[in-house]
Amino acid sequence: MKYIDEYRKKDLILSLAEKLRKVSKREIVLMEVCGGHTMAIHRFGLTSLLPPTIRLISGPGCPVCVSSQQFIDTAMAYSKIPGVIITTYGDLIRVPGSSTSLEKERANGSDVRIVYSVLESLEIAREHPDKRVVFLGIGFETTAPLTAAAILQAQKEQIPNFFVLSAHKIMPPVMKALVAEGVKIDGFIAPGHVSAITGTAIYNDLVTVCGLGVVISGFEPVDMMQSVLMLTEQIESGQPAVEVQYQRVVQKDGNLIAQKILEEVFEFRDDTWRGLGMIPKSGLGIRESLSAFDAERQFTVEVPASTEPKGCICGQILRGLKTPVECPLFAKKCTPSDPVGACMVSGEGTCATYFKYRS
Amino acid sequence: MCLAIPAKVISVEGASALVTIEDVEYKASLLLLTDVQPGDYIMLHAGFAIEKVDAAEAEETLRLLNELNQFTLD
Ligand code: SF4
Repeated sequence: MKYIDEYRKKDLILSLAEKLRKVSKREIVLMEVCGGHTMAIHRFGLTSLLPPTIRLISGPGCPVCVSSQQFIDTAMAYSKIPGVIITTYGDLIRVPGSSTSLEKERANGSDVRIVYSVLESLEIAREHPDKRVVFLGIGFETTAPLTAAAILQAQKEQIPNFFVLSAHKIMPPVMKALVAEGVKIDGFIAPGHVSAITGTAIYNDLVTVCGLGVVISGFEPVDMMQSVLMLTEQIESGQPAVEVQYQRVVQKDGNLIAQKILEEVFEFRDDTWRGLGMIPKSGLGIRESLSAFDAERQFTVEVPASTEPKGCICGQILRGLKTPVECPLFAKKCTPSDPVGACMVSGEGTCATYFKYRS
Repeated sequence: MCLAIPAKVISVEGASALVTIEDVEYKASLLLLTDVQPGDYIMLHAGFAIEKVDAAEAEETLRLLNELNQFTLD
């Protein structure tokens, strides 16, 4: 496949690994923020190619994993309202809520449908004017503009029965929160597709305020190895900067249309992240002017206080403090077919990735 | 979930494009990306084209990597 196969060539990966061994002197910890990066690292066995000086830790960049229990429980409460159709991206339906999951609610008769795109959700709303269709909006700056575009489309076509429950979040505040909390990180491998939308400026603070290096990376093994090399060179030379490895996709200013739509539909708000708690101005809520499409404003439900799954250490894993193998439930009570926590549900969750590629 | 895959644009009609990934056809909404031509590669994310793939940049990255490869082999 064009733009994929070229970036999986073994000789290129190996030559980058060799260069890395020469360059790396200090012991450093790099965080790959994005779940897609965690997947690539384990799928292609990249950790075994790194010099012993470099340790990679996974970050909070898996949308399903960081969605709060409160959000899942609210979605569950909506699904029990007669005449409501819940539409969602695949993995979310399997996340265990405080008492049940959307998948189980579906088995009990709730109308819960998996969609590949928010546009399908809009289509379902058009087809069922007698039903109320709620789309569960999860994801970061990559995915939020899609939801925003769908809301504007619904407004344009006057589709009154399309609603969004937004748990959309943005990346920079959580990255800064981890640094402020004292998690040992020497540099970030930053999410490529988030940056394709936002451009590179959102990371400037991490360099100027926190003194950390940031390299925006693609998702193929050559991309990842090159990004690790670029970060290591920055750290060794003591010159942290925001650099783009993923030149073929990320423009300095990002996607301006997407940014405009995002701004038109959403505003920043404080948001709760699973395991990380409340992070100021890290979430995206629907603006008052579009409240007709905001499920939170249009539905009243009682959601009992949420409880986190017992024994699950997702929170520490999402902060890069522990790895899944340190969880006593990992691969025993908690497996992808019977997950205890959200990090085992999503294909890009750290626990699910470790499970899949464990040796 | 932030995954996006390179897809080749076959045709464009209004705010939507027909694209292929390994000969399988998909529809890509162009609500977030304009100025797309047949033959371009776009990054497809959950039914939307979110950015173009810059062919010149892609070649440049590979050229530099191949140079490094030559160098380490010598
Ligand atoms: S293995 Fe399961 S229980 Fe343990 S942290 Fe991961 S998701 Fe939670």
